[in-house]
Amino acid sequence: MSNFFSEIEGIYAVWLREAKIYVREKERLISSVISPLLWIFAFGAGVGSAVNDISGYSYQIFIYPGIAVMSVLFTSLFYGVYIIWDRKLDFLKEVLVAPVSRASVFAGKVLGGATDAMVQGIFLLIIGLFIGVPMTPLVLIQAFFMLLLISIAMVSIGLVIGANLNSPEGFSLVINFVMWPMFFFSGALFPVGNLPSWLEGATYVNPLTYGVDAMRGIILGINHFPIYYDAAIMLLFALLAMGAGVLSFRRM
Amino acid sequence: MRAPKIIDSIRFLSFTFIFDIMVIKTEGLTKKYGKITAVEGLNLEVEEGEIFGLLGPNGAGKTTLISMLCTILKPTSGRAWVNGFDIVKESGKVRKSIGIVFQQPSVDDLLTGRENLAMHNLLFGVPRSIRKQRIDEVLSIVNLEKRADDLVNTYSGGMRRRLELARGIMHHPKILFLDEPTLGLDPQTREHIWAYISDLAEKECMTVMLTTHYMEEAEQLCDRVAIIDYGKIVALDSPETLKNKIAGDVVKIKQKVRDIETIKNLDYVKGVQEKDGLLYLSIKDASKHLQDLLTHTGPIDFVEVRSGTLNDVFLYYTGREIRESEAEGGFWERMMKR
Ligand SMILES: Nc1ncnc2c1ncn2[C@@H]1O[C@H](COP(=O)(O)OP(=O)(O)O)[C@@H](O)[C@H]1O
Ligand SMILES: [Mg+2]
Repeated sequence: MSNFFSEIEGIYAVWLREAKIYVREKERLISSVISPLLWIFAFGAGVGSAVNDISGYSYQIFIYPGIAVMSVLFTSLFYGVYIIWDRKLDFLKEVLVAPVSRASVFAGKVLGGATDAMVQGIFLLIIGLFIGVPMTPLVLIQAFFMLLLISIAMVSIGLVIGANLNSPEGFSLVINFVMWPMFFFSGALFPVGNLPSWLEGATYVNPLTYGVDAMRGIILGINHFPIYYDAAIMLLFALLAMGAGVLSFRRM
Repeated sequence: MRAPKIIDSIRFLSFTFIFDIMVIKTEGLTKKYGKITAVEGLNLEVEEGEIFGLLGPNGAGKTTLISMLCTILKPTSGRAWVNGFDIVKESGKVRKSIGIVFQQPSVDDLLTGRENLAMHNLLFGVPRSIRKQRIDEVLSIVNLEKRADDLVNTYSGGMRRRLELARGIMHHPKILFLDEPTLGLDPQTREHIWAYISDLAEKECMTVMLTTHYMEEAEQLCDRVAIIDYGKIVALDSPETLKNKIAGDVVKIKQKVRDIETIKNLDYVKGVQEKDGLLYLSIKDASKHLQDLLTHTGPIDFVEVRSGTLNDVFLYYTGREIRESEAEGGFWERMMKR
């Protein structure tokens, strides 16, 4: 029991450190606010003016759930790079040598990254209220938890990559090969219904598709798959990613 | 007639339980990185309560050895026990019983000194009831009370090191490992850190194992020193004994006509090393023998007499000098590269 408690304290210690550093690094906070604004207003409104309404929503509103997922995806995946910086000096050793299991260290890091991403997620949900996205309190709560699930999965993936690489440059390279295909083949920018079949295949194997579909279902009521199906696949994916993360941390 | 009973039985007991007194013990400890053997078949015993130094040049394998003892690295072969716990099979118990200050900076810049210590408290399971008090205690040992609530990125290199020392002793470890504790610090700060180390070793009743490539550090601070080169121990004893055994005094001679054999055979010459055209003679009581020595060397260009240092000991065993210029970049340089 006391052992369980000390693991919880270990998770809390790692999370607290991440959260404090996130709040104190102003650049991180500012950039995580600005980039989604650009997507919604510049991209959504710009492309929207040339594109017909989709399923009765303007393009800006139609891609809103996808943009929310994208912001969380980018921030979450890139979070893995910090572990490489930590390792370049001996910051991480202090944590790795503590009498706390690697699973707990990993869990603390995942929660830290998810906090980081969810600050952005919450900010985006608030913006949604102002640009006319139809959102009730229940929708907000459901959307929040769906984003959190996506974030946990993606932070785990980022950490797996970070734990297995030694240079930040290598990390950027790998992450770009993961991030962009995931984003483009997720249906974030277009409906999944009537795609050419090769593209449809790519979207079906992409776990993020189910996250985007769930978010669009929750917020706009437009589903391609049943929402329970989406949520189950995302959950399964998150569990797999976390398992891989714990293994990677044990080898570190 | 004396009554030696109690004393004898204590001796007997301590002899029987000699294993317990050795807080660190290694048997053929080896670490290979591909073709490089960083630590090679190391046998070592460290007694409880001593300050034990590992002296060797950059790349000698000091950090690798410490990392294995701290359970961060798994040995390629061989075994080791820290506080009686096997470093591979009982790594959790080892971790709870040791404190570490790493070679490279490991306190968080964007946290305050106190926050860094608080995080350590949580990670090392320091009981909740004594956390606050313990933080104040260690802060006062390293004289950082006044700056405790400032962000670490406003600290000097010496202050960061002191904070790391404070953190290392936080959970009352029985052994404190210090990997190059004064690397890259200026000489004055270095001496301060030495004072803190011996002070806290005494106050906290700890065994300390430190690595260094500064001879003065090993000389000033350590009860015993192991000189390590290419992953092997080449000599091990107290700094005085090491110096006396081979060095005593050192006479440096530049001489045109060489007759090294004659010089080697003089009974007061304990060792001869040749380097860069100079002869280094290890001589006990050089002042007494200098006159006689010069009659044997014939005409010389240059002579210098000084008392021996650990550097001479190192030179004697390896034929090289530990030069500070061989060291990796300083503490600050590495901070900047982050
Ligand atoms: N992760 C590593 N991979 C490959 N070689 C390493 C690694 N770490 C250390 N070495 C090598 O092992 C040797 C000992 O290194 P180290 O223990 O850091 O020495 P020291 O701490 O005495 O300067 C060096 O030759 C170094 O290059
Ligand atoms: Mg080293």
